[in-house]
Amino acid sequence: MSFVAPEVQWAALAPIILVLGAGVVGVLVDAFAPRAARRPVHIGLTVVSLAGALVAVALLWRDVRADGGVEVLGGSVLVDGPTLVLQGVIALVGLVGLLVVADRTDSHEDAFAPSAAAVPGSDYEELARRKGLTTTEVFPLALFALGGMMIFPAAGNLLTLFIALEVLSLPLYLLTGTARRRRLLSQEASMKYFLLGAFASAFLLFGAALVYGFAGSVRYADIARAVSVPSDLDPLLVAGSVLILVGLLFKVGAVPFHSWTPDVYQGAPTPITGFMAAVTKIAAFGAILRLVYVVLPALEWDLMPALWGVAVVTMLVGTVVAIVQTDVKRMLAYSSIAHAGFVLVGVVAMTSSGISSVLFYLLAYGLATVGAFAIVSLVREVDARGGAVVAEATHVSQWSGLGQRHPVLAGAFALFLLSFAGIPLTGGFTGKFAVFSAAVEGDLAWLAVVGVVASAAAVFFYVRLIVLMFFTDPAGTPGSSTTVVRTDGLTHVAIGLGVVGTILLGVLPSPVLGFLSDAAVYLP
Amino acid sequence: MTLANYLVLASILFTIGATTVLVRRNAIIVFLGIELMLNSANLAFVTFARMHGDLTGQVVAFFVMVVAAAEVVVGLAIIVAIYRTRRSASVDDVNLLKS
Repeated sequence: MSFVAPEVQWAALAPIILVLGAGVVGVLVDAFAPRAARRPVHIGLTVVSLAGALVAVALLWRDVRADGGVEVLGGSVLVDGPTLVLQGVIALVGLVGLLVVADRTDSHEDAFAPSAAAVPGSDYEELARRKGLTTTEVFPLALFALGGMMIFPAAGNLLTLFIALEVLSLPLYLLTGTARRRRLLSQEASMKYFLLGAFASAFLLFGAALVYGFAGSVRYADIARAVSVPSDLDPLLVAGSVLILVGLLFKVGAVPFHSWTPDVYQGAPTPITGFMAAVTKIAAFGAILRLVYVVLPALEWDLMPALWGVAVVTMLVGTVVAIVQTDVKRMLAYSSIAHAGFVLVGVVAMTSSGISSVLFYLLAYGLATVGAFAIVSLVREVDARGGAVVAEATHVSQWSGLGQRHPVLAGAFALFLLSFAGIPLTGGFTGKFAVFSAAVEGDLAWLAVVGVVASAAAVFFYVRLIVLMFFTDPAGTPGSSTTVVRTDGLTHVAIGLGVVGTILLGVLPSPVLGFLSDAAVYLP
Repeated sequence: MTLANYLVLASILFTIGATTVLVRRNAIIVFLGIELMLNSANLAFVTFARMHGDLTGQVVAFFVMVVAAAEVVVGLAIIVAIYRTRRSASVDDVNLLKS
């Protein structure tokens, strides 16, 4: 018996290999580099690997446009148009998000605990703080998460889907628990995210087992073939598909699988919140798109009514509950739940414009989300006694009058909020327009109407915050209790990129939309 | 003894695991429930592999074991960190984050 070495097209895997490879090198840097050198080396490694991944995606696009895409590793990873678009978007938004993660204040404090293992309030924590320890492990962890996210939408079988889900989730569970301030909240958020996330991935795995039992294969292409032939095992298939979708809808934070979102978004270090709010959602919707459009289209009439329901409930619950929030991070969390609903409207359209509109929406939403949370990470409380800058001022009332003292920053935040609300000339408007018109095209006009009503209601709480920032005087305590912290400047670069992206996608969307509709073709 | 019995057993184990997650209070036990769910999926995979005469399901089971081990590392790290802070591993005690 002779062993035949498999043929692997390494070039098609280049974006994934670059990011995961940089993660592995990052672990070695943490183990062997002198402490002072670690942070600059990590930042360089992160930027180079993600920029390299973007270049690799652009180079791969030429071949994919010519031949429609390739199956790599025996069909485990499918490199086609949507895969490349999503990998590019994930690398771009991830890079912008990691700029915020890498930033630190003028007193050289980053957003992460000096030693995440130290008990909060202990002598050891104080010692670690005084010695100036830093948790530079966040960079390799974030790169591993990004690598998993880049595999997620490319997965060509259920096993790869599950492994990618875990590779992207496990680092995020840890990153959630590493906040420098309010560490109890951070640890609590980490535990909730972990337990619920592992619970959801167990559902996904059991669903994968049932679908494997139905089709006799975990490959998407084989499953799609088996699905289109009627058989008496259909209950197995429907149950399995529903369980898989539960696992994926949990990751995007769709109602009724959303209960972790507000707690985790509030407790996690704010740069990490922005990072995972943007990129996790992009990756998970990429996986949902492939599953719904390629693997299960023959099940349309079994699954679609359920997905319509999820989309409606997600939009309504996200919007209504966001109105009553008093914490900025929680409000943005519920707003992100509502956005998951809007994206689902594009997903269930089941037309080719549905795919491209979802891709566009994810790009616009990702850039605005990273920018918005970057600004939240800058607005801080001032300790009343010592005058020291402490944790983030996340209560809505603390934001009153911010626009009078920091007009540029508040203006940028207002722009992101307007983009979330879907006001014309922002990327959010174009995205919403695209997904709703895709739904109309897919004979789901009623769903588009629900979406329009929900986004009209959502305008209320976005505009309320803008009014608070610009037209309300700082209330109660002296205005100095809230300040904007000075940093090394990376956060401002990220905010600037977010602003430019949001405006460009709003003013000149047609080249991007045209490109996406070319790219939105799945491998069979 | 037909192979279908193994599938029934897998379903029962999955249900027990899910119930454990939902009703138990201790984070370690909740985590145990999740592991039970993963392993019930393994049993289903292996049984289906036998039914179809196909090795994929057995290979998947190996991958899932590795993932479960990685999940234990991350999960216990988080639970132990919480326990050292609060001297409690009850999921009812972690209630600072509320709307």
